[in-house]
Amino acid sequence: MSRNVRIKYALDWTTVIMFLGLVLFGWLNIYGASYTFDQTNIFDFGHRAGKQFIWILTAFGLGGILLLIDSKMYNLFAYIAYGVVVALLIITPFLAEDVKGSRSWLSLGPVSLQPAEFAKVATALAIARFMNTYGYKVRSLKDLFIPALLIFIPFFLIMIPQKETGSALVFVSFLLMFYREGMNGIILWLTLVAIVFFVVVIRFGTVPLPIGTGTWGFFSCMLFILLLQVGMLFFKERKKKETAFLSGGIVFAFLAGIIINNWYSVNFNYLSIGIILAANIYLAYIALVSRKTKLGWVILFSICSIIYCFSANYAFENILQPHQKTRIEVLLGITDDPQGDGYNVNQSKIAIGSGGFAGKGFLNGTQTKLKYVPEQDTDFIFCTVGEEWGFLGTAGVLIVYWLFLMRLLKLAERQKDTFSRVYGYCVASIFFFHLMINVGMVLGVMPVIGIPLPFFSYGGSSLWGFTILLFIFLRLDAARLEKLR
Amino acid sequence: MINDTLYKRRYIIAAIMTVVVVVYIIRLFSLQILNDKYAERADSNALLRKTQYPPRGLIYDRNGELLVFNQPAYDITLILREMSDKFDTIGFCNALNIDIDFFNKRMAYIKDRRKNRGYSRYTPQIFMTQLRPEEIATLQETLYMYPGVSIQNRTLRDYTYPNAAHVLGSIGEVSQKMLDEDPYYQRGDYAGRDGIEYTYEKALRGEKGTEIMLRDVRGRIIGKYENGAQDIEPHAGTDLTLTLDIQLQIVAEQLLNGKIGSVVAIQPATGEILALASNPTWNPALLVGRPRSKNYADLVHDKTKPLMNRATQAQYSPGSTFKTIQALVCLQEGGITENSVFPCNGPSSSPIKCTHHHGSSITLLNAIEQSCNPYFWGAFRETLEKNGYGEKNALFKAQYEQWRKDVMSFGLGQRFSDTDLYEQSRGYIPTKEFYTKYYGETGWRALTIRSLSIGQGEILVTPLQLANAISAIANEGYYITPHLNKCDSLLKHKHFTNVEPQHFAIVKEGMFHVFEYGTGRYYKLQDVSMCGKTGTVQNSQGKDHSLFVGFAPKEDPQIVLAVVVENAGFGATWAAPIASLLIEQYLMGKIERKDLFNRISTTVINPDVKKR
Repeated sequence: MSRNVRIKYALDWTTVIMFLGLVLFGWLNIYGASYTFDQTNIFDFGHRAGKQFIWILTAFGLGGILLLIDSKMYNLFAYIAYGVVVALLIITPFLAEDVKGSRSWLSLGPVSLQPAEFAKVATALAIARFMNTYGYKVRSLKDLFIPALLIFIPFFLIMIPQKETGSALVFVSFLLMFYREGMNGIILWLTLVAIVFFVVVIRFGTVPLPIGTGTWGFFSCMLFILLLQVGMLFFKERKKKETAFLSGGIVFAFLAGIIINNWYSVNFNYLSIGIILAANIYLAYIALVSRKTKLGWVILFSICSIIYCFSANYAFENILQPHQKTRIEVLLGITDDPQGDGYNVNQSKIAIGSGGFAGKGFLNGTQTKLKYVPEQDTDFIFCTVGEEWGFLGTAGVLIVYWLFLMRLLKLAERQKDTFSRVYGYCVASIFFFHLMINVGMVLGVMPVIGIPLPFFSYGGSSLWGFTILLFIFLRLDAARLEKLR
Repeated sequence: MINDTLYKRRYIIAAIMTVVVVVYIIRLFSLQILNDKYAERADSNALLRKTQYPPRGLIYDRNGELLVFNQPAYDITLILREMSDKFDTIGFCNALNIDIDFFNKRMAYIKDRRKNRGYSRYTPQIFMTQLRPEEIATLQETLYMYPGVSIQNRTLRDYTYPNAAHVLGSIGEVSQKMLDEDPYYQRGDYAGRDGIEYTYEKALRGEKGTEIMLRDVRGRIIGKYENGAQDIEPHAGTDLTLTLDIQLQIVAEQLLNGKIGSVVAIQPATGEILALASNPTWNPALLVGRPRSKNYADLVHDKTKPLMNRATQAQYSPGSTFKTIQALVCLQEGGITENSVFPCNGPSSSPIKCTHHHGSSITLLNAIEQSCNPYFWGAFRETLEKNGYGEKNALFKAQYEQWRKDVMSFGLGQRFSDTDLYEQSRGYIPTKEFYTKYYGETGWRALTIRSLSIGQGEILVTPLQLANAISAIANEGYYITPHLNKCDSLLKHKHFTNVEPQHFAIVKEGMFHVFEYGTGRYYKLQDVSMCGKTGTVQNSQGKDHSLFVGFAPKEDPQIVLAVVVENAGFGATWAAPIASLLIEQYLMGKIERKDLFNRISTTVINPDVKKR
């Protein structure tokens, strides 16, 4: 049933070359970031660049071995690998020492490994295997129950006992893969809307409206819902008369509120909720009369949104840990604290910004070397790129990454079986998520969630994890020609 | 098997990824290229610019004697961020021999942004300045125990002699005005504030250097930035040689002891100031280092105004000393000739009485010798009324203006603009507008302003101007602007008087007679032909001022002197012997008349004058 194709010819060398380029450039930057003026040798094993060199060599070896393994084995051992990783995740907190508040590192003699990095690979394999089941198709949400469970177990184990929020959140990226496999697109948009509502409610939660009481944050979310209601009625249902009636009513209600405000102080937050509920009743009436079930979703969405916006503020104030709260506040620009919680991001912006167009030159960066930037060779390695290689370096790295991601999508799409395609999308999603969060954090547009920049950040576990993730996919891709057409 | 239409969703996914990458690239563009504040902040983060202070230029006297040099001093600076909670405040205070209260006060000051505008937890803040080596010795040994504390090398002025304070001036912290005007200065720098230290500040200060050090996040110095390639070496200040003769200056200050007054000694051929003494004075070392502010306040509040340089800033009517110049101007304008005679009725003369007794119908030569008031009134009137009064007194006023210009051509009544003396007063030769305003267009005549004839009234001069005018007499028609820096370029500032050279001989002869037969005869030096003129100046502050001007030797003048002793009485009693002793000191190199020297230098005329 299969042809034997020599791996040399079947391997996607384009991806391999981009991988090599990123790893080697990353290595140079680790050398730059940990360079301490007296050290001169990049191969000095007492230093980080030297250690990383060993990790790189072993990662290359690992990649080579993965390419030699028969592609069917990955499908075959997917669940076993998943089981082993889950077991490792369970025992890790008991064996691991507390490192900066997280218990995620297993010490094996001289080296430490982070099972969470390998959980991504195993989970991706297990989900791919499950979704490859004959006749499986994502038609409705309940089809996603098992895959969601497969994700939730490692997510929970990494998030709660190990306290590695960043590594756990990576699994959120699988949404992209599910979307590709047929998940309703609305879920993606709902996720987006949820994030936007959260940001708006928190960011403008203390900005008062010009008249009456109420806040811009909550009120603007409510206005958005009202616009959505009117918009749906007009554009989707083509009901001109009803649209005119509804929008007239809304405008009248707000005018009435403004007038009454002259005598009694009106809370426009509550007024807008009242208007939405009244509009819902009207929409329900139209839906019943003309049997438009789509309007039911609008009603559901608006009610859920009201509850969500209400609880977002509550959750922010009461559920989040104080340090998480300040991180979000700093990120959203509510508080400015360049010496405290904003210090890391502020210093990383200084480091990147001082690089200018062409950078200060290899090993000439001052901010990273003098340790103004925290974690300068791990999570904040992109600062070194920015400081020493300037805009040319940072934009160059991002463009190579973008090409890399596009290439992965292309490879994933050309797979002939669901297993390889699903796995390929998982790989692309994971890399994308890491890139988006890590670079976003360094640039001060994402919260400070400690996750590494693939191939750049110092660390054996993450380099091994990403190498395994990628090379299994490359092996699967090389095998597509082995299958008969 | 393969999903049918779902493959189109790859474009949505690719679009999401593309949007994120594009947004990040735009963000990077704005951070790295559009915005340059980050580069500055990175520099201030990582680069510690240590100022290297150059040694200030040394100051010598005309004979090469070192007057002003430098002594090491130290500033103590703190970087607050590096001072941990466990900072050993008590140990630190003991090491510096200060009390905790002082420490707390200084810290409060440093942290008060309103008072300390340059406050930052990250940069060195000045804790104490200008400590002497012995004051920091203990701290220096235990410096490693106090993270965040560093010692900055500075230099302070030191002086060989406790003299010439007014000439040398002093160094103080730069003012806000200086900071605004000259970007060279930084807050906390020191600069010449007065005297020669101010005038030659730019040459004396040299050029500051910078050492750029790399500093890590904990403030530790990691090494030199680019191995010192960007460092700037400090350049030492230029040395200065003054025209002062420090021995003459010392004698002058000793002679002024217990008196309020001043001495100006000039070498007439060059305009070089040989001595410039003003009393009360102080030891210049008092205004150095930390005691400066206290001592300075002390000087400011002293009723005798020691900070005023009386030699260049005090203004007096010149009195009889002015008769020399009056004679020259009247000769030049043709009001008199060398042979003109005027009657004198002694104390019963009118409108100005004579204070001396001598024969009537007196000549110019004798009038100078005897300081005859009626003669100079007559000469003055003849000069001003030479052309009559004319329509609305116009001819008279024009002649007065001419007289004024002639007088001012001796350097009187105006600041010297081409000199290196910073502190100067203008003096005053009244303008015709002044009198017109006071008396009306036709309301004043020669008689009205008769006081001017004998150097009294509205005319004001400084001792420096007076000495310079006498230089012009010694030089017979020109002066070189008096100055303190012994350099050739200043010798070119030659100014000719309106009075032609042929008129000077008779006046010089008259001044010679003053020492031979007149008011100065008791203080004539053996074998030296001395010329002079005393003055006893009436003033509103009490007893007459005692003035003297003169030069010696007559044939080849080496030194010109102007001496003022305030409220001391006759010019002949105090100012003349002082001048005579200084001439002796300068021409002979020592004083033989020890008794006279002791008598003058120990006599206290004003008991308020403190010796500092």
